[in-house]
Amino acid sequence: MIERRPVANLVSHFLLVIGVLVMAFPIYYSFVASTRTVAEILTPPLPLWPGAHFVDNYVQAFTGSLHRIGGVNLGTLLFNTTVVALAIAVGKIIISLLSAYAVVFFRFPGRMLFFWMIFITLMLPVEVRIMPTYQVMVDLGLIDTYTGLTLPLMASATATFLFRQFFLTIPDELVEAARIDGAGPLRFFRDVLLPLSKTNIAALFVILFIYGWTQYLWPLLMTNSNDMNTILIALRKMVSFADADTQWHVVMVTTILALLPPVLVVVLMQRWFVKGLVESEK
Amino acid sequence: MATIDMRNVRKSYEQHEVIHGVDVRIADGEFIVIVGPSGCGKSTLLRMVAGLEEVTAGEIAIDDRVVNDIEPAHRDIAMVFQNYALYPHMSVFDNMAYGLKIRGTPKDEIRRRVDEAAAMLELGHLLERRPRQLSGGQRQRVAMGRALVRAPKVFLFDEPLSNLDAKLRVQMRLEIQKLHRRLATTSLFVTHDQVEAMTLAQRMIVMNAGRVEQVGTPHEVYQRPATTFVASFIGSPPMNLVEGTLEADGLRFRCTSGDHIDLPQARHDLVGRALVLGIRPEHLLPADDGLVLTVQLVESLGAESFIHTRLGEAGPELIVRAGGLAALRFGELVSYRLPADALHWFDATSGLRIDA
Amino acid sequence: MRRTTFPNKVLPYLLLAPQIAITLVFFFWPAGQALWQSLYREDPWGLSSAFVGLDNFTRVLTDPNYLHSLQVTAAFSAATAVLALAAGLLFAVMVDGLSRGKRIYQTLLIWPYAVAPAVAGMLWLFLFSPAMGTFGILLRRAGVAWDPLLDGTQAFLLVTVAAAWKQVSYNFIFFLAGLQAIPKSLHEAAAIDGASPLRRFWTVAFPLLSPVSFYLLVVNIVYAFFDTFGVIHAVTGGGPAKATETLVYKVFNDGYVGLDLGASSAQSVILMAIVIALTAVQFRYVEKKVHYA
Ligand SMILES: Nc1ncnc2c1ncn2[C@@H]1O[C@H](COP(=O)(O)OP(=O)(O)O)[C@@H](O)[C@H]1O
Ligand SMILES: [Mg+2]
Repeated sequence: MIERRPVANLVSHFLLVIGVLVMAFPIYYSFVASTRTVAEILTPPLPLWPGAHFVDNYVQAFTGSLHRIGGVNLGTLLFNTTVVALAIAVGKIIISLLSAYAVVFFRFPGRMLFFWMIFITLMLPVEVRIMPTYQVMVDLGLIDTYTGLTLPLMASATATFLFRQFFLTIPDELVEAARIDGAGPLRFFRDVLLPLSKTNIAALFVILFIYGWTQYLWPLLMTNSNDMNTILIALRKMVSFADADTQWHVVMVTTILALLPPVLVVVLMQRWFVKGLVESEK
Repeated sequence: MATIDMRNVRKSYEQHEVIHGVDVRIADGEFIVIVGPSGCGKSTLLRMVAGLEEVTAGEIAIDDRVVNDIEPAHRDIAMVFQNYALYPHMSVFDNMAYGLKIRGTPKDEIRRRVDEAAAMLELGHLLERRPRQLSGGQRQRVAMGRALVRAPKVFLFDEPLSNLDAKLRVQMRLEIQKLHRRLATTSLFVTHDQVEAMTLAQRMIVMNAGRVEQVGTPHEVYQRPATTFVASFIGSPPMNLVEGTLEADGLRFRCTSGDHIDLPQARHDLVGRALVLGIRPEHLLPADDGLVLTVQLVESLGAESFIHTRLGEAGPELIVRAGGLAALRFGELVSYRLPADALHWFDATSGLRIDA
Repeated sequence: MRRTTFPNKVLPYLLLAPQIAITLVFFFWPAGQALWQSLYREDPWGLSSAFVGLDNFTRVLTDPNYLHSLQVTAAFSAATAVLALAAGLLFAVMVDGLSRGKRIYQTLLIWPYAVAPAVAGMLWLFLFSPAMGTFGILLRRAGVAWDPLLDGTQAFLLVTVAAAWKQVSYNFIFFLAGLQAIPKSLHEAAAIDGASPLRRFWTVAFPLLSPVSFYLLVVNIVYAFFDTFGVIHAVTGGGPAKATETLVYKVFNDGYVGLDLGASSAQSVILMAIVIALTAVQFRYVEKKVHYA
């Protein structure tokens, strides 16, 4: 800093602590609730420290089946969600890498047409084509399948653009050196481009994993059967604020488990996450 | 070992022609430098030889095999780039070995060849490093090493020394010479730096605006520049060039400014033509009754000085090279003579050299 | 434009095939369907459909429910964007000004980004539920007639806060990156000129942040339009009395739940137009950025 400003610094810390409390409190609060009994949860205000039922509740959530959503257990839900998030992230990265590679490193008739086709998908989020997309999925028999849950979300203009942007920064001479060394296009892709894209791939992976994990509308449309639900959809089905027999402690455990993987990814891979976010600019 | 033939080679980008028909034959084992100002098409020509640019018209043959449609990888060439183009994620060893690996060379053979090249370039202790852990000079060596291990028929260099500092450049120049003496591989070396060209070349190709101006040994190019462009491009400071005509006696050269220069020997054959008279700065010799010039400015470098002078009031500027430190002041009058055998004559309209 | 490319003629098509196939089947085909269906009306049994021109659009655009939803969306987007941007900027400025502890605060401020909008909604509802939420109870004890499940304004407030809460992290990261990209020498020059820290912020940092702010504004509006479906669906279901029914929620509700294909498609097409407009605006920003870069 240019000058010492103890008072200003103190004010900053004070405001930030409040900010952190606001940002973190809802999550902390549900963690506290996930360690308490239904009775405790239903007699507010809830104390601000964890209760004694951490182990009980989590064991119950994993071993018992969740009656409101047709006896599916938490393991299945987590498995589904993990599959969906990973498939979307990995699939998107692979598909985008390939198409960005084609657009940047080759000249061929129709190149600009394809580029624009990919670009226009930016303007067609699921939300604006809910019904017809749903029909297509029904016609293709993809409802309640992992394919249906993930494949349509794998085409992404943003990931393609991010890779394209990065590929454009690779010096021509590097490609030329590789050509003179005798590397064909596939070899160049594998030996040079992929290793150089590692940090971009890692950054994008974090963003896309979160994107996949937090999908809501799409799984809502794509799943009828309870055992294909993602954890978010199941969570929504478990909750009823009007209904007295909601198992709130199990709901809270589920909430925490629905939160934990992406939050962990963000916190542990913070560097990649920030890079991925700022560079992809959505 | 290979010859390179370029037969009426042309290159156009879209409708725009940038290489206007180049004809050169390079002998086996020659070290050829392509020199010219930036943008004249040196790299384009080199890249056509490498196979990185398509040849629009004409033919390029390496070892009498026309290579126009042959992939760079199959031309048996190696290239060193100005920015080195090392693979950033590979170690020095892997950078050098990559081309051999792709060609399926056995592992121990790769090891042997890389070690050999590394020893030649004093890179032995750096083999495990990544390019970004190397200095500019070291990277340059790795780029050379990558070309060496392949033992190609032809080495291509595109301004490989331009990114080095002055001292390192001189050192690398010497090393490249040593390597060539040892390997005698046909080499094409592109540079815009005439000193590099003069010191490295066995023969040089001087290019300007997509055309070859002259092909010859450094001596030929320096002593008998084929065009006014070559005369002004090679040599530092450049050759003095003065436009004008010879008077009827063939002895007095009348500059376009109206001033005149008296020649030591009559040239009746040149009377009546629009001419350019050229003389190198070092060939103007002090004389009591010579051409009288007014000093404008003196650049003293210690061992030598460059005296910028003017002929008459508004006449042509002439640069004179003098040994040692010249103690001259602005406006002082100096007198120099022009030895007959040091004069160069060019046709003013075509710019071509006129030989006696 | 890249100078060196590979000469292969077939390979690029193979490389593009997966993305183009998915795009055609899951983007272009349904979008085309939406356009097509928006011009037709099906009979109630779905047996036949008749071309009705722009009738579906007229119907949608004169429907008071739709116009209400448009208003709700506009208010919701504006409120969410302003709240999330202001908080993000405030945190970023505070963190940027710290000499120590930047990293800790950054870590603690970014995790809501990883929370799904639907879960964000549920977390806040859980906190503010009138029956069991600690804050809900506190509000009621303080004499507020708090019940977001029955009171439209309160419901609106709740989903706005939840939606904004989730988005603060995103804005914070971008503002912080923007602030950190401002050369220190600029601050120092202004300090030497005698500008106070607050003044320096308004005269040096803020103008330099304006491209980022503009970009974020568009992103936040797009977020509030589309990505907050989960918040609405999980918390209010568009209620009470349609007080939180945004356009996207309405498309979903009319089409998927209400099965009125023509109207739903017309709404989809209108939404598409809105996205295209927002993207165009965003692109003007990108263009500008390219010019200045
Ligand atoms: N890919 C290209 N497209 C269009 N013009 C080009 C391209 N590459 C080079 N040129 C033009 O060809 C001429 C020669 O370029 P180059 O061979 O790179 O010059 P040099 O290496 O002598 O500096 C220049 O005028 C340059 O603008
Ligand atoms: Mg060049």
